[in-house]
Amino acid sequence: MKVHLSHPTRDVVIQGPKRVADIFKELNLIPEAFLIIRGQDLMTEDETVADGDSIEIRPVISGG
Amino acid sequence: MRCRKCPKRAVLGLPRHNTAFCGDCLTEFLRTQVQRAIKAQQMFSPEDRILVAVSGGKDSLTLWEILLKLGYRVDALYVDLGIPGYSSRSKEKVEQFAKLVAEPCGSQLTIHTVEEDAGAGIKELANLIKRPTCSACGTIKRYQFNRVAWQNHYDVMATGHNLDDEAARLLGNVLQWQEEYLQKQSPSLPASVEGFAKKVKPLYRMTEREIAAYAVVNRIDYLVEECPMAKGAKMLVYKDALNRLEAESPGTKQRFYWGFLDRQEKSSSVAPSMSEIDQTTLQPCIVCRQPTTAVTCSFCRMMARAKTAVK
Repeated sequence: MKVHLSHPTRDVVIQGPKRVADIFKELNLIPEAFLIIRGQDLMTEDETVADGDSIEIRPVISGG
Repeated sequence: MRCRKCPKRAVLGLPRHNTAFCGDCLTEFLRTQVQRAIKAQQMFSPEDRILVAVSGGKDSLTLWEILLKLGYRVDALYVDLGIPGYSSRSKEKVEQFAKLVAEPCGSQLTIHTVEEDAGAGIKELANLIKRPTCSACGTIKRYQFNRVAWQNHYDVMATGHNLDDEAARLLGNVLQWQEEYLQKQSPSLPASVEGFAKKVKPLYRMTEREIAAYAVVNRIDYLVEECPMAKGAKMLVYKDALNRLEAESPGTKQRFYWGFLDRQEKSSSVAPSMSEIDQTTLQPCIVCRQPTTAVTCSFCRMMARAKTAVK
């Protein structure tokens, strides 16, 4: 699957299918600080991303 | 995962509430949280005129949208800081939202451009007066939002500060024992003296993740990109630390900040109120007449220093 990340903007490829919770673990990210978006839809941590899918992991933290 | 209120697929789990919602139920839940915040803190009534400070980010655009959906009389102010690239992209998001969502509801956007007022963008200005950019930015934004709200007779000024912002700020203030700042951490600050607008934070019950989810579900097109000046800011470190605690113990941020507010309320009967303190310590700035603890306010001092540096 193709994973789009921000801050800094980059794309990484991860072997799927994989649960959202496991993607967070693999990338060492705290779920509280991100949303996972497939197309225009949010995904919950128990959902599975297929190998051919493209997802965005969007940071939600802002401000200085 | 299924929505806890209806049979639809959930789009967001909320561990601190031990629940999960579909898009529609999340929208309803979060709007109710805002309504509850407005009522609990006596922020404003449906008759009041509200000025929302907008930046193009998720928090301020979501606040603008929710207040409009709840039927409040709300306009917005955007301060163009003149940060190369970033400011034009954030302004574009604000203008687009204003045109598509706000104006059809009769809500107006005002834009204040720092460069027109100060002769330089925020970064150049901060360099001129040898101050950190975020510090100069804070002074300008606080001053301009208060000025526009006060001069245009808005009853209250609203900002998009959320639970993460307030918990991180509280952590920073406690770690440094900045007790004088703790009293100003209320989600509703009164118009304590002539020249100050009332200031409220209707999103203080919502986390950043919940607000971002609301924006995605309701197709609010906000600027995801972070302000380049905020890189390395201490607030981001505090937020990260709190999110790590939240992951281990859901509800930590809420217990920390709301617990502080409960204690603040209990002590309000014995300690002098912020209005009482302001009335004894503030006076009008000799240049602009906005309230200040000094003879000249920090904004006017900053502008005077910038003009001297240019000469």
